[in-house]
Amino acid sequence: MPAVELPVQKWPGRIHEVTLGGNGRKKVVVGGEATLPFLHFEGAIPHRPAIAIEVHDRNPAEWAENLRQVWGSALKSPAAWAKKASELGADLIALRLSSAHPENGNTGAEAAKKNVAQVLEAVDLPVIVLGPEVAEKDNEVLMAAAEAARGQRLAIGDCMEKNYRTIAAACIANGHVAIGKTPIEINLAKQLNILISDVGVSRDAILMDPTTGALGYGLEYSYSVMERLRLAGLQGDAMTAMPMICTVGEEAWRQKEARVSEGVPTTWGQAKERAILWEGITAISLLEAGADIVVLRHPRSVELARATIDKLMAGAGQRSA
Amino acid sequence: MPLSGIEIYKLLPKSNCKECKFPTCLAFAMKLAQKQAELSACPYVSEEAKQALDAAARPPIRLVTVGANPKSFQVGNEVVLFRHEKTFYHPTALVVRVSDSDSADSIANRVKEATTYTVERVGHNMGLQGIAIQNKSGDKAAFARCAQQVQSLTDLPLMLMASDPGTMEAALEKAAAQKPLLYAATRDNWQPMAALAKKYQCPVAICEPGGLQPLSDLTEQVSKTGVEDIVLDPGVRDFNGSLVSLTQIRRLALKSNFRPLGYPVITFPSEAASSLEEEALLAGQQIAKYASIVVLDHFSPEMVYPLLTLRMNIYTDPQKPIQVTPGVYPFGNPKPTSPLLVTTNFSLTYFSVAGEVESSGFPSWLMVTDTEGLSVLTSWAAGKFDAPKIAKTVKEFKISEMVSHQSLILPGAVAVLRGELEEELSGWKVMVGPRDAVDIGSYLKRSWTS
Ligand code: B12
Ligand code: SF4
Repeated sequence: MPAVELPVQKWPGRIHEVTLGGNGRKKVVVGGEATLPFLHFEGAIPHRPAIAIEVHDRNPAEWAENLRQVWGSALKSPAAWAKKASELGADLIALRLSSAHPENGNTGAEAAKKNVAQVLEAVDLPVIVLGPEVAEKDNEVLMAAAEAARGQRLAIGDCMEKNYRTIAAACIANGHVAIGKTPIEINLAKQLNILISDVGVSRDAILMDPTTGALGYGLEYSYSVMERLRLAGLQGDAMTAMPMICTVGEEAWRQKEARVSEGVPTTWGQAKERAILWEGITAISLLEAGADIVVLRHPRSVELARATIDKLMAGAGQRSA
Repeated sequence: MPLSGIEIYKLLPKSNCKECKFPTCLAFAMKLAQKQAELSACPYVSEEAKQALDAAARPPIRLVTVGANPKSFQVGNEVVLFRHEKTFYHPTALVVRVSDSDSADSIANRVKEATTYTVERVGHNMGLQGIAIQNKSGDKAAFARCAQQVQSLTDLPLMLMASDPGTMEAALEKAAAQKPLLYAATRDNWQPMAALAKKYQCPVAICEPGGLQPLSDLTEQVSKTGVEDIVLDPGVRDFNGSLVSLTQIRRLALKSNFRPLGYPVITFPSEAASSLEEEALLAGQQIAKYASIVVLDHFSPEMVYPLLTLRMNIYTDPQKPIQVTPGVYPFGNPKPTSPLLVTTNFSLTYFSVAGEVESSGFPSWLMVTDTEGLSVLTSWAAGKFDAPKIAKTVKEFKISEMVSHQSLILPGAVAVLRGELEEELSGWKVMVGPRDAVDIGSYLKRSWTS
């Protein structure tokens, strides 16, 4: 009988470790993997992937009714929302400063400072601060956020091709982690990591967001680009070895399958459960492709993702190689 | 592993007799290596050479057919570990399990639901692949009866699940013509199970939870009896165990060319799940990570639809997005005064828009621009969906002969194209539609006055 020799791959590279929080605040470390997702037999996976819950600095009227209901009155203030998210088991709070968007209030630096300070006050979790994704406004409010939270080691993003300099510099000056975002392309992701590094951000202070496509809406592209980035990082390319963050909730809940309950085919099934699985399956698929942080919206998907991560990390003790 | 031209040459007669219609044996060998010739063209190859070439031509993961035509499905024959390396070929079969201890009514309901379920996504109809029947009653007659009942209710392939060979044969006597998958040969019953597989020409699953070495040994034994249509169950159920063992099996087959494990794999996600949602998530993991057949214990559309969507995503060829043919598509008998909307030929984009236009109640024209299968923003960013391109498409499809109004509705996401497009198409009014297709109905109600 032929002997089974379990194939164990030797990976010369390792994903950089990035620490968020600390300094009186809880600490979350992501990255550090020396093998592909959850293959504990092959190499160390020192930190579990983290779950961030998305919180906005305004009441998001456009959110699906189902989501608005579960969060209820917490939607009225970012502090209350963050507090509830923390109670529901978030590892991190992802505060999106969407009120700064020109179409959603166009608030500026002052509001950003105030809202970030309130969230930091309300929870002891590490915080991710995201801009409205309009380049000039991002610069304005993310700079303000970075200053308001000096020394708290937030993750701040997104640094994009157009505006990475200002945000990266603000991260360096105030001791934060920079998030670089690129549109589902391995070379663009690498290039932006290089650019951010050239500004002076150290490797243990960069996260990358390779752009999330939701289930049925580009998931396969994100999945494959993330697998390729992770493989490149493990093969020793230090400029693709950044931990990855995915805005799963935002993408999944934009889709009709998660939002609409009437006038859709009965073969889509019951709306509430379908929406949760839309977010949940997107999250698990991307975790298996290498996500280190998933940003989620629904408390039930948070619960499911947490239980799944527990189970996927359960093999960590059985490392044999 | 496929052989190189030189390796094949060594196995040929080397007489250069040209009967194969190639000038030399070497030339023939080169063509064989490129799969551009058939070995049977040479009348002089030895038996030994034939066997060596056959073995080498075998795919590293065997292609296994379950069921009889027309609804049979095929699994296996995958060639990569990561879909970006080439593509995944044979989509995971989703099978729903019923038990012979359930009431006849509940079995009938479940089987009908699973059989008739189809859901459309980007122009493709997706559904389930089979029904598994579990011998839970422990009773031979009940199992046979159940198999017969299920068979009369569905044309989907079956999977018979019984550990006792006599019980298995009782059901096979009813259902063998359907070529069901037999589950399972184990270390205790493999001989009679393999004999049944051989006698009835059915594929058989081999279950050995003791580790990959015992699984491989057992598979070897079964295959030595001449049974080759094998499906593996490494018996590991939980999230991490399943990921690890399925990864190792796939790697062994593809990277180490390890024959005894070069077969498709079957999983049972509900056996490690504490809720329906968890069953769905684990099934999702297994669709992406190397399961060829996934047996579900629950069936509900809100669970199956996302799983089928995931399967479609994972098994799409990464080299070419699913596309529709560019052109002008009418919805609901449009008139020359009906609205004209513009979109791209990425299937996902087209079908999202088409669905909304159809349900809006407004007869409309939808002009589909050739963006090489890219979505609205992607093609815009790639310079494949700009004002000159849209203007050209309007002319190419002779839109002015179809509509009388010279108004065109752009996707909201590319509102920036408006000014330039109005310059390109002089006399036309360019309107900016909503960003999301879902809002097309309300937008038309609000803004369309013909
Ligand atoms: C998947 C994806 C890809 C895939 C391609 C998928 C494909 N076949 O198109 C890949 C990975 C190949 C890709 C590549 C690129 N991408 Co891309 N990609 C995405 C992603 C994740 C999803 C796109 C998608 O499929 N959407 C779903 C479809 C259905 O949406 P849609 O076509 O817009 O249609 C909707 C609406 O527009 C509306 N609609 C459509 N038609 C019509 C018509 C009317 C009349 C109306 C009213 C409405 C309407 O209805 C639909 C449903 O609501 C988005 C980001 C995101 N999360 O959205 C980025 C994104 C579109 N990509 C982007 C970029 C920049 C690129 C690249 C240029 C990157 C690069 N430099 O290489 C390349 C270009 C491709 C090339 N060079 O060949 C950017 C565009 C930035 C911008 N705003 O300009 C985005 C937004 C990412 C980002 N945030 O930076 N991408
Ligand atoms: S027929 Fe066979 S022996 Fe003759 S040339 Fe072709 S390969 Fe060689």
